[in-house]
Amino acid sequence: MTSSNQYDAIIIGGGHNGLVAAAYLARAGKKVVVLERRHIVGGAAVTEEIFPGYKFTEFSYVVSLLRPEIIRDLELPKHGLKILPLPSTFTPTENGDYLAAWDDHDLTRREIYRHSPKDAEAYDEYARVMARAAKAIKPIINLIPPDPTSLSMRDMLGLLKVGQFAASLSEKELYAIAKLATQSSADLLEEWFETDALKGTKAASGIIGTFLGPRSPGTAYVLLHHYMGEIDGAFRAWGFAKNGSGGVSGSILNAAQALGVEIRVNASVKQVIVKNGHAVGVALENGDELQSKVVMSAADPKRTFLQFVEGKHFPDEFVTSIQNFRTRGSSGKVNIALSELPNFTALPFEKGHESVLHRGAVSISPSIDYIERAYDDAKYGQISKRPYLDMIFPSMIDPDMAPPGQHVMSCFVQYAPYDLEGGWNDEKRNELGEAVISTIEQYAPNIRKCIVGMQVISPKDIEAIAGITGGNIFHGELLLHQIFFLRPTPQWADFRTPLKGYYFGAAGAHPGGGVMGAAGMLAAKEILKDGM
Amino acid sequence: MIELRTTPFHERTSALCQPQNWRKWAGYFAAGSYEHTLDREYWAIRNSAALIDVSPLIKYVIKGKDAAALLHRVTTRDIYKMKVGQVAYTGWCDEEGKMIDDGTVSRLDETTFRLTAAEPNLRWLSMNAVGMEVEITEVTDDIAALSFQGPNTRKVLNKITKKSVDELKYFRLMKNKINEMEITVSRTGYTGDLGYEIWMDAKDALNIWDALMNAGADYGITPVGILALDMTRVEAGLFMLDVDYTSASHAWIESQKSSPFELGLDWTVNLDKQGYFVGRRALEKEKREGSVWKMVGLEVDWVGMEKIFKQVGLPPQIPGMAVRGSLPIFVGNVQVGYASTSTWSPVLKKYIALAHLQKPYFEVGTDVRMEITVEHHRQHAPAKVVKLPFYEPEWKKR
Ligand SMILES: Cc1cc2nc3c(=O)[nH]c(=O)nc-3n(C[C@H](O)[C@H](O)[C@H](O)COP(=O)(O)OP(=O)(O)OC[C@H]3O[C@@H](n4cnc5c(N)ncnc54)[C@H](O)[C@@H]3O)c2cc1C
Repeated sequence: MTSSNQYDAIIIGGGHNGLVAAAYLARAGKKVVVLERRHIVGGAAVTEEIFPGYKFTEFSYVVSLLRPEIIRDLELPKHGLKILPLPSTFTPTENGDYLAAWDDHDLTRREIYRHSPKDAEAYDEYARVMARAAKAIKPIINLIPPDPTSLSMRDMLGLLKVGQFAASLSEKELYAIAKLATQSSADLLEEWFETDALKGTKAASGIIGTFLGPRSPGTAYVLLHHYMGEIDGAFRAWGFAKNGSGGVSGSILNAAQALGVEIRVNASVKQVIVKNGHAVGVALENGDELQSKVVMSAADPKRTFLQFVEGKHFPDEFVTSIQNFRTRGSSGKVNIALSELPNFTALPFEKGHESVLHRGAVSISPSIDYIERAYDDAKYGQISKRPYLDMIFPSMIDPDMAPPGQHVMSCFVQYAPYDLEGGWNDEKRNELGEAVISTIEQYAPNIRKCIVGMQVISPKDIEAIAGITGGNIFHGELLLHQIFFLRPTPQWADFRTPLKGYYFGAAGAHPGGGVMGAAGMLAAKEILKDGM
Repeated sequence: MIELRTTPFHERTSALCQPQNWRKWAGYFAAGSYEHTLDREYWAIRNSAALIDVSPLIKYVIKGKDAAALLHRVTTRDIYKMKVGQVAYTGWCDEEGKMIDDGTVSRLDETTFRLTAAEPNLRWLSMNAVGMEVEITEVTDDIAALSFQGPNTRKVLNKITKKSVDELKYFRLMKNKINEMEITVSRTGYTGDLGYEIWMDAKDALNIWDALMNAGADYGITPVGILALDMTRVEAGLFMLDVDYTSASHAWIESQKSSPFELGLDWTVNLDKQGYFVGRRALEKEKREGSVWKMVGLEVDWVGMEKIFKQVGLPPQIPGMAVRGSLPIFVGNVQVGYASTSTWSPVLKKYIALAHLQKPYFEVGTDVRMEITVEHHRQHAPAKVVKLPFYEPEWKKR
């Protein structure tokens, strides 16, 4: 612990991006402090025992995008990171059947064949086209977004790189990408497949974290975003971190502390202190003040620009565009402690004989129409009566998540609009929980009697607990007008801000949300480039 | 009909082995894996509890007044110093100090030892026992063996063993019971994780398998084949006969042979022990003069790999399992050695290899290049010499 309150860099917010940024700065020899308002770090990547003995991966639950270079640079495996396999996806259908995707290509092909021989073939080709498109876009994630309207050398070089990638694509691929950028996921998928459950499950990944339905234009791009994780060569698609997402944050925390980063919890930042047009420190809610050469916010964009800094320090149009940044929360989370595993009618298991489906994801997405209907409810300010659910049983992947013989279940639920008609209250929260349980009950009738305890998280709760304004899981929807050099706002996508010495490196910055650490890492590198 | 033998667990393992990818191991069928992909099995070793049938290990019971003397003479370890209940890993050499085989010696009581080996050694042992009061019996078929590896194994064992294994230290063994059946439990393994090996009468094998599977159900117990084991043993820096070295008794040419020093087994060569042992003079000489070769760890530089693959428009492609094939290692344009096993390490997220390098290139930190094949073209990927083991969790010895 340092007694002095003088630092090279102050990081506001101990989410995983804040921790990554702090670790990179400390690695470069800087004296860094992370200030987190909660009693624990991790932000939306935390694991908590809401019911003693049952560990909930409270918000974020799967990992795929965590940048491999961060894992290597910060030696995260040495600090406890283990990413366990999530070998399957199981989609029960309304007629009592199911569609499964396994980690073995031939098994999956045979399974799809059971539903549609044509789809079984199209599946391979679709995966190739998506992976190629993702590969073409992927290098951009690690670039500092250029500002196409500026003429600085750096931006020109950045643009040149994007241009090079575009030039390396075949006409067919370019065409596919252009289409992906504008289409709805439903349109895209209907060109390829006929099996409802297959289309429903794929379409679902295009709407996660947006306030859009599968028939809304632009959702096809989000599908692509989810393919990014699959093209790191030996890095597998989706996985579950040991100890849940808190395990990811925990390993970054350990790495940061080993590099000398100071962590202060229960340290809510009230305001950034500005002197002579330069950020020079922060004032905490408790009255303490800390000084530093630079300040980086790893909180959401609205807090970062509308709350921590007085408006007078920013140009008006900048403030307006941040106000317009879309952060409509649309998803919730239900975490359940279970005395035993629920049994799915479509693929029952006998006690003592493990059920394979419980080791992977279970998706309630029987068709595109099902999801679109769920969206219809939300459009008019209601909780989806029959929501889309993405569920895993963490204790089946990492047995240490629950007491021996007991289980935990993580249910991501969409849609639950932040701006609910009549507002959120306890009754509405119960309604969300009930919508989830009664939906599961259709496919796993014994679910209710397995429940030992339940935590229902609405978008309002995401805001209240994780401190994300608006409750959007990605700090701002991944829409085409909110990504790349437009995130969070045109001209300021390079982690700098109109206020000198003030930087921004979290999910609301390029390249966006998800537990990937890229924003934190890239921001730290820009801070170091500017010198301090 | 003449066919490979099955192990005492075959009734269970054959029902579970989905891909039917049986491997040959010392004349027995051994499951390559139980599932179509290795991930879950690999992670059972690193995160929960893996149950591995290692019955094909060749096992000898060496009994009699001169049992210690025989092993002291044959192996490089100071067997006289071993206490009852102690296990020692060791290699054994020919007169030129070149490795014949390696395995573990367990002192079961004052005059009884168990020796494990990768290959038959009865003739070699008998030749060295001339004039000694000792009986050497091969018990490979009589003693079934399970390797039980992973951080949850202690908890599972404690649920069903008569005596707690809490006090059982690294490389020690104890007599114990499961359901009134006699077993020996040793705190040993081939994974570099917390783990035990359970030795039992072959007729009890199925009962003990069932007892473990039941007790482990809530702790993620997973039957694991030898393919996932192969990945973890590389991470643990452990080599394998016929893959990473050639037995001196099988080598066709001198350069195929290795000394224990060359394999990094300095710590097992007790030159200060009393009396003669096979290979002593040669090993003393090598110790004095220094070894020309050494087995080390190699970490392939991922960014460098990415650059090479990017030239053909691909992300790095490496097999998701251990590869037992020789890959040349270079410094500049000069070949300075070879890798004998390479693997993707899921826990470290690194591409690693066991490599044999010539002096002076085996020093930790040396930059070398390893041959890889990228779209049918030979390329050299940058790599660094690192300390072994690659992976050692704090709970391995605790
Ligand atoms: C329900 C849910 C499910 C999700 N599922 C997944 C998933 O499965 N996979 C995936 O990859 N991503 C998922 N995400 C998205 C992912 O979790 C987030 O995008 C990511 O964790 C954001 O990280 P961050 O570090 O940028 O911000 P955050 O984790 O939000 O961290 C911001 C931090 O700033 C702190 N803070 C705010 N105000 C202040 C203040 N005034 N003073 C001090 N500190 C402050 C907050 O307390 C918080 O700790 C999910 C998100 C949610 C909410």
